[in-house]
Amino acid sequence: MTPAPDLTVSGSASINGAPLFAPLTLTLAAGQWTCLLGGSGVGKTTILRLIAGLDTGAEFTGEITANDRQPVHERVAYMAQDDLLLPWATVAQNVSLGARLRGEKPDLKRRDRLIERMRLEDHLTKKPAELSGGQRQRVALARTLMEDRPIVLLDEPFSALDARTRADMQDLAAEALQDRTVLLVTHDPGEAARLGQSIVVMTRHGLTPCSPPRAIAPRKVDDLETLETQGALLRLLREEAA
Amino acid sequence: MKVLSAIAATVFALAIWQGIVSLTGLPKFILPGPALVAETWWQNRWIIAEHTWVTAVEVVVGLACGTVLGVLTALQLANSRVARVLVQPMLVFTQALPVFALAPLLTLWLGYGLWSKVAMAVLIIYFPITSSFFDGLMRTPAGYLDLARTMQASPRSVLWHIRIPAALPSLASGMRLAAVYAPIGAVIGEWVGSSQGLGYLMLLANGRAKTDLMFAAMLTLGVFSILLHLIVRRATAHMAGEMR
Repeated sequence: MTPAPDLTVSGSASINGAPLFAPLTLTLAAGQWTCLLGGSGVGKTTILRLIAGLDTGAEFTGEITANDRQPVHERVAYMAQDDLLLPWATVAQNVSLGARLRGEKPDLKRRDRLIERMRLEDHLTKKPAELSGGQRQRVALARTLMEDRPIVLLDEPFSALDARTRADMQDLAAEALQDRTVLLVTHDPGEAARLGQSIVVMTRHGLTPCSPPRAIAPRKVDDLETLETQGALLRLLREEAA
Repeated sequence: MKVLSAIAATVFALAIWQGIVSLTGLPKFILPGPALVAETWWQNRWIIAEHTWVTAVEVVVGLACGTVLGVLTALQLANSRVARVLVQPMLVFTQALPVFALAPLLTLWLGYGLWSKVAMAVLIIYFPITSSFFDGLMRTPAGYLDLARTMQASPRSVLWHIRIPAALPSLASGMRLAAVYAPIGAVIGEWVGSSQGLGYLMLLANGRAKTDLMFAAMLTLGVFSILLHLIVRRATAHMAGEMR
């Protein structure tokens, strides 16, 4: 993997002439987790998709740059709320999907190491339908890691999981994606408080940076300052929505 | 259980049939009873088998050609906007034409033999195969395409590794529909011009007031169509199940 860059998104977006978000600047620090927290429809997923180079349905005026001046889109790995596992492919095939799509030979040793790391070695030849929700997201995380990109974009990847599995996945992802420039889009203040090395709240009025708890992420679920931050973030979300 | 209910339904249908014959007292050249039809079927079993074989070959060849053509057309349509603009209206038009009207033309062009019937079967199943597979190809879940985009996949590789496998269940349902339609196409072709096949046998028997033989041939065609549907269903189960 090449070193993770700083990323800056600055600009505004509109849908059919109606503004989605006003001019804003979001900076993702190199090798850090930035949590973008906000309600539905404020355009946080649009920002993530712009960085990934995916269609957004919105017109974006502005630019997305990396501090090393290398192109951005080709260096991202993407993980969504839907695990996007191909139902006809096995766990192993799903993990090495990227190489197959690019017509490259997958690094099988690396794939098996990642599968082991995600504790999926007993499921190698299973189809996704045979797995639980948590296992499926672990396969998706292994597939994301297999891409070995310096920038990782996470679009509410844990929001469909039950509370315990979600906390496990947060720990696993935080550990596995260390030293990459990570953008986590979430509507869950608790998740932002646990994982964010930098936390930004997005509302209709723009971006509000918030100071993260002092403990090292992933923070304990019962860490007092983390819980306080969670409360403060939720209050901020509610005030801004009112 | 399934077999039992099928047997029960058959017995029920036969009872209604026999009931109508007994109650109305219709002469056997108007409506023969099940017992007479069974007897005629048994007496003519070799003739019927011969004609069934001819029809079966027409249907199976038609099904194979129609599926290949339909799959290739759908791939072409999915791949190119120009093809969609040029070919799609034509495809709908072929479906809008009454196949009955085309049958004499096809016989004129392709002769009395196998190929005019194959062409009829192809014509009748081409649209369901093409449109079901094409719909499947165009309805790839957007998330898969997003993921492939971030992985820098080429359009060809997305088609091969994602869009085609995701469309296989749609193709399977098109093929199952085609298995029911194809015998209809072949029989229409036989009616218009042929010297063999179940359609020919039905026409022949009808012309000579051998209504019992006509019934025997018709029921044979029905059983053949059901068997074909079941075989295609079984053969496509893997394709259809893959999305689940």
